[in-house]
Amino acid sequence: MVDVPFDTVAGIPPAEVGEVDLYHPKSWWTRYVFSQDAKVIAIQYSITAMSIGMVALVLSWLMRLQLGFPGTFSFIDPNQYLQFITMHGMIMVIYLLTALFLGGFGNYLIPLMVGARDMVFPYVNMLSYWVYLLAVVVLVSTFFVPGGPPGAGWTLYPPQAILSGTPGQDWGIILMLASLILFIIGFTMGGLNYVVTVLQARTRGMTLMRLPLTVWGIFTATVMALLAFPALLVASVMLLLDRLLGTSFFMPTLVEMGQLTKYGGGSPILFQHLFWFFGHPEVYIVALPAFGIISDLISVHARKNIFGYRMMVWAIVAIGALSFVVWAHHMYVSGMHPYFGFFFATTTLIIAIPTAIKVYTWVLTLWRGDIHLTIPMLFALAFIVTFVNGGLTGLFLGNVVVDVPLSDTMFVVAHFHMVMGIAPIMAVFGGIYHWYPKITGRMLNEVLGRFHFWVSFLGAYAIFFPMHYLGLLGMPRRYHDIGETAFVPASAHDLNAFMSVAALIVGFAQLVFLFNLVWSLFKGKEAGGNPWGAASLEWQTPETPPGHGNWGKELPIVYRWAYDYSVPGAAGDFVPQNEPPAGLLAQGAGP
Amino acid sequence: MAVAIILLLVAIASVAFHLFSPWWWTPLASNWSYIDHTITLTFWITGAVFVAVVVFMAYCVLRFHHKEGRRAAYNPENKRLEWWLSVGTAIGVAAMLAPGLVVWHQFVTVPADATDVEVMGQQWQWSYRLPGKDGRLGTSDARLVSPDNPMGLNPDDPNGKDDIVVQNDDLHLPVGKPVKVLLRSIDVLHDFYVPEFRAKMDMIPGSVTYYWFTPTRTGTFEVLCAELCGAAHAQMRSKVIVEEDKEYHAWLEKQRTFAELSSPRSVAKVIYKTGSE
Ligand code: HEM
Ligand SMILES: [Cu+2]
Ligand SMILES: [Cu+2]
Repeated sequence: MVDVPFDTVAGIPPAEVGEVDLYHPKSWWTRYVFSQDAKVIAIQYSITAMSIGMVALVLSWLMRLQLGFPGTFSFIDPNQYLQFITMHGMIMVIYLLTALFLGGFGNYLIPLMVGARDMVFPYVNMLSYWVYLLAVVVLVSTFFVPGGPPGAGWTLYPPQAILSGTPGQDWGIILMLASLILFIIGFTMGGLNYVVTVLQARTRGMTLMRLPLTVWGIFTATVMALLAFPALLVASVMLLLDRLLGTSFFMPTLVEMGQLTKYGGGSPILFQHLFWFFGHPEVYIVALPAFGIISDLISVHARKNIFGYRMMVWAIVAIGALSFVVWAHHMYVSGMHPYFGFFFATTTLIIAIPTAIKVYTWVLTLWRGDIHLTIPMLFALAFIVTFVNGGLTGLFLGNVVVDVPLSDTMFVVAHFHMVMGIAPIMAVFGGIYHWYPKITGRMLNEVLGRFHFWVSFLGAYAIFFPMHYLGLLGMPRRYHDIGETAFVPASAHDLNAFMSVAALIVGFAQLVFLFNLVWSLFKGKEAGGNPWGAASLEWQTPETPPGHGNWGKELPIVYRWAYDYSVPGAAGDFVPQNEPPAGLLAQGAGP
Repeated sequence: MAVAIILLLVAIASVAFHLFSPWWWTPLASNWSYIDHTITLTFWITGAVFVAVVVFMAYCVLRFHHKEGRRAAYNPENKRLEWWLSVGTAIGVAAMLAPGLVVWHQFVTVPADATDVEVMGQQWQWSYRLPGKDGRLGTSDARLVSPDNPMGLNPDDPNGKDDIVVQNDDLHLPVGKPVKVLLRSIDVLHDFYVPEFRAKMDMIPGSVTYYWFTPTRTGTFEVLCAELCGAAHAQMRSKVIVEEDKEYHAWLEKQRTFAELSSPRSVAKVIYKTGSE
């Protein structure tokens, strides 16, 4: 917006961070390993998240092989299938997406986009990564302990999760809970950093209403995560106590394999409330950063300001707030009081309104734009398609009575993969293709990129769109084999086989992507400082990749929002945020 | 150009798949046709939105694709448009929510003449209990579970003596009579799910949950467990047989009551099965 308060800008004394405040590396170790530079931490987070994500991807192949060709793979038994879904789900949601969006994109982009030299607490930021790494190591260790990883589903519902009818109730569940507790500790350290940095370390002129939407998305998601993770933390601690010390927080009087246990008086539903009080906001913790990233990608690559910026910001904040009062829509058939259904269905469908507004602003940003079909733009388009598709099926599941036949079927699996699996992953890819040149100084290979895009987008759609209809038919989720079931026609098995083949092809395309990441590091085209002609601050750094401290001698001063594209009368088709207005220089009021 | 066409094809293929693919819900066998209608309505509204958004995107890509000399328009905001879109969305959402809540109200309001039927889940099998001549079910408690009393029924409760207990067998129901299904578990969560009835609800150890429905056609329907309950979750099956009154009563005659089952002579005949099938 051009409502720049020039005078106030000139009036603020330069907020300069002295050299002493930066913890410059003294050796190779402190530069690359125990680094306190948010950009290095971001890369560490991203590499760790993508590595563990590969494990989840391989697990998805195994599950799809089993579902598509039941009985063919003797090495996958029912217990293992349950362990695979549990580890796959948990890794994808928490250790991949949450860590990548907040720890990866957040660390890299927040300081650069708000014009700061680094996060405000660099040492804590470093610790955050190392605790996260420890959490991942503990998680992976479950594959090697007696009994293997937990098989209780990623929701870990008690009593089942800690009783002997479930695989991994021995060591697996204990380590999983320990790993979650570590993750939350690590995240809290990082999260406080992101929030305080956005609130306190913005450069001169960077008002909140001039922040790029990526920062708004990551910021709001972080605030939500700081409020939501504690619920998971206490649930994990209580479940651990039930398992280890025989307390009965979640355990009523019950029989285990014909034997009466010592448990008594606890409530399994309490766990579900705690879990989903975290779990629903978690959906938006991965969605809001994606919203922000997509907004910025569309704006840059359509050379047009984001339509309705203020509406966008309010929609992000409204979604963030509302998402704390909808959690029980995951529990419509849990046996909670049926009257809760009225309340939670209403709040859930209300969230659809700000969410729809976001979609409108994206497509209206395309309208009358100058659309460059670059790879980031393609991923942004794919994001909109998959997100709209998954968001709309959310209206089925949110509308309590419609949820009754569909809950716990493959319809749900299809829905959440579309909306919080595929769509955010599209945003991750779009973001990586977009910012890779800033991070490495080189472009990712275009041909490999386009191949990766088309296979991933169309392939993922081919896996998950038809899956809804198997759920509608009545196929439950978490079944390793539907077997002979009267209402399931033979053709449904063919469809399953088709989806499995598509999943393998999509998986292969991810290997091409990884290859591209490595190959382009050495052989990619030189990018220069601002290959896309983007206006936001991270593209205006004096060096590419930016050095420690980001800005060289002086912090940038911001004069406008991040979306001055194709401004009438301006010479180029974008004006960087830190470019002083013409009049200001003439008056000599500039820096 | 290619991108616009592919986007269009995605929209067309999705609609075509919806209309022509053979995978659809099972023929209804209960009174919950309202649920099906609400789903159909939701499909129409959401389908229209999906197609509109994707087609609009395809149009934009086609029409505003970068060419030499093209410059994007500069329009940061349009209050009126934003306002109209919000109101339109709110109306669409209300059109789905309102009927949904009305039907939910019916779903949670059990008619007075519904008969109680108890379904008990345990790893990994189903048991059933029907009230005897007194029309009432006796109390139960997980602490009472034993090989002689696998459902944990209270032997001191007079209401329970004549309860009919069905173990390792199918449940029979008379067609056209509303039933209130009382759901109970003695170990972990389960979920009594018959796709043709459309209804489902978790069973929780320590509480009794419920739902109601009226079977509307005779036949044999498969029972599945819809809440993960451990290793043999997928094999936890049973059947519900809906039949005419006469056949139902003939079946009922042959069933045994709790008192009969727990008298010393008949204990030996009850085979108690643990573990998976
Ligand atoms: C092409 C990629 C993927 C494939 C082929 C895939 C496949 C699967 C399959 C087959 C299941 C088990 C379904 C069942 O039997 O219930 C599953 C569950 C799940 N997936 Fe994925 N998935 C993919 C990507 C993702 C992503 C990106 C996410 C991130 C949100 C994700 C999150 C989950 C979750 C949360 C579950 C539920 C686990 C549970 O039931 O406890 N998946 N996936
Ligand atoms: Cu939710
Ligand atoms: Cu089950």
